Amino acid sequence: MTDVLAVTEHRRGSLRDVSFEVVTAGRELADATGGDLHLAVISGDVDKFAEQVNCDGVDQIHTVAYGEEFNHDVYTQAVEALYDDLSPSIVLMPNSVNGLDYAPAVANGLSLPLVTDVVDFEWDGALTATREMYGSKVETTIEVDAERVAVTIRGGEWPAANGTGDAEVTAFDADIDEGAIGSRVTGFEEVGSGDVDISDAEVLVSVGRGIEEEENLELVEELADALGATLSSSRPIVDAGWLPKNRQVGQSGKVVTPKIYLAVGISGAVQHVAGMKGSETIIAINTDPNAPIFDIADYGIVGDLFDVVPELVDEFQ
Amino acid sequence: MKVLVTVKEVAEVEDDFEIEGTHIAEQFLEYDLNEWDDYAVEEAVQMQEAGDDVEVVSVTIGPERSEETIRMALAKGVDRAIRVWDDALEDAEMLDVAAKTRILQAVVEAEEPDLVFTGVQANDDSFGATGVSLADAIDYEWAAVVNALDIDTLLAENVANVHRELEGGVEELTEVDLPAVLTIQTGINEPRYASLRGIRQAQSKEIAEQDLDDLGLGLADVESDLILTDMYEPESESDATIFEGDAGDTAGQLAEVLREKGVGAE
Ligand SMILES: Cc1cc2nc3c(=O)[nH]c(=O)nc-3n(C[C@H](O)[C@H](O)[C@H](O)COP(=O)(O)OP(=O)(O)OC[C@H]3O[C@@H](n4cnc5c(N)ncnc54)[C@H](O)[C@@H]3O)c2cc1C
Repeated sequence: MTDVLAVTEHRRGSLRDVSFEVVTAGRELADATGGDLHLAVISGDVDKFAEQVNCDGVDQIHTVAYGEEFNHDVYTQAVEALYDDLSPSIVLMPNSVNGLDYAPAVANGLSLPLVTDVVDFEWDGALTATREMYGSKVETTIEVDAERVAVTIRGGEWPAANGTGDAEVTAFDADIDEGAIGSRVTGFEEVGSGDVDISDAEVLVSVGRGIEEEENLELVEELADALGATLSSSRPIVDAGWLPKNRQVGQSGKVVTPKIYLAVGISGAVQHVAGMKGSETIIAINTDPNAPIFDIADYGIVGDLFDVVPELVDEFQ
Repeated sequence: MKVLVTVKEVAEVEDDFEIEGTHIAEQFLEYDLNEWDDYAVEEAVQMQEAGDDVEVVSVTIGPERSEETIRMALAKGVDRAIRVWDDALEDAEMLDVAAKTRILQAVVEAEEPDLVFTGVQANDDSFGATGVSLADAIDYEWAAVVNALDIDTLLAENVANVHRELEGGVEELTEVDLPAVLTIQTGINEPRYASLRGIRQAQSKEIAEQDLDDLGLGLADVESDLILTDMYEPESESDATIFEGDAGDTAGQLAEVLREKGVGAE
């Protein structure tokens, strides 16, 4: 009962990066608990996925061949069945959009406490987890007052596992109840194509909620023009309908890696940073000196964009 | 058809703040309707406007202070509201997902809605889990991170055709049987501002107060297995060069760096 069960994730025929990150995090925990690391591979081409994710540190892989794409009812049933069989101390899942579509159901179904979006942890007979609050402004320590726990880990916090492991792969019969499947995936849609592809741009001027009003967008448009840059944005600007979806940088928008990323009035939420942290040079203009965007910036101005941006435009005209 | 919308009043932190123990000191907090819940309320109100007989009820777990936020939801078109509070909740250091689930489960069992809308997450603690946990507890179907819902088909055929917003600009098209819980993502609609008329009408709408006893719950039901033991400002990992001076000075220094990197040179 010191084992760790980690669940992998795939989409449209490919394993997602988080699958390799849960292996690293799972190994870390299994070392601390003194147990084995079990991996679950559910739906799709499970044999191919099992081979790919058979990295150093994995002790056993359990495949559940049922359906093609992710379905939360199938995942929930499969993970619960594996839990009953293996009786692990920790069920480790990705804090991805699909992770959040089944992990809470698994935790509820198994009466396990749930800690989501974990960025660090320790095991000392029970789990202590680190997670952020208030849009990354503070970190918190959470002690779990139970012997078993369900955890979802934030993407990109643990390095991807590699190497070729020699875990045994076994097919697990999860006895999926088809009658309990009440949702069906009917397709996928790519969104955010259109006139410009911000992922091609060398210089991006990116605007966030600090701009306050749609009319004020003119200000950053002028700046982008003056710099010969392309205009992109954080999510709230697109949600408000001020810019089209193809301008959105982040987890659910585009991943960009320009030479220069100038963030104007953007706080640097984790879902935004996921889309721009690979930029060569990051510059931030923000009134809040504690805004998380400064943690990843190379240059910064702590100041009011309404004062700074016009001055910057003048410099280039 | 009845739609239950969960609504949370969340604390927003000022730029400069202080931590007292495991909390942010009260004077640095401002309270507002959770951003995601604003979209959930709007989606429910749009259903009510599109359907012949759709009732929208909101439920909040929160102290008396949250009535202001609840009135805003009522002003936007929610028909009536439930506010769950209890001394036991006042004393609780933290309500984890399981505890919230048990409270909301009791409300669902009393109200028997066809649909429950929650926000994807609350922007204070960002667990992002209550909606799906609740769905499992009440034996409803569900979909997480919904950024499109076909309301006409829903009303006509009792099935929810949704888009789930996945990572990387991909959306999953999914059919969800009713009854269901949908966790609503920002951008699914354009939340309205409350009209003056709405605000006036909200004054006479019901906010039913319920304590644990009313819901048939006991102290053990709201006990959390998660204990918040520390809160701190993360050490800054920043090695950014911060330009000093007034707006003109800082813009000048930034311009120099940009020019060095070949920006604006034509
Ligand atoms: C499932 C999911 C997916 C998501 N996907 C994405 C995504 O793809 N992309 C994305 O961006 N977000 C995404 N988000 C949302 C994300 O969590 C944040 O809410 C969002 O990134 C915040 O945008 P922002 O920084 O513009 O706004 P805020 O966080 O509100 O920040 C505004 C900033 O502007 C500063 N400011 C205010 N006034 C001024 C001024 N006058 N001058 C200078 N600075 C000023 C403030 O100090 C603040 O730091 C997602 C969330 C979820 C749950």
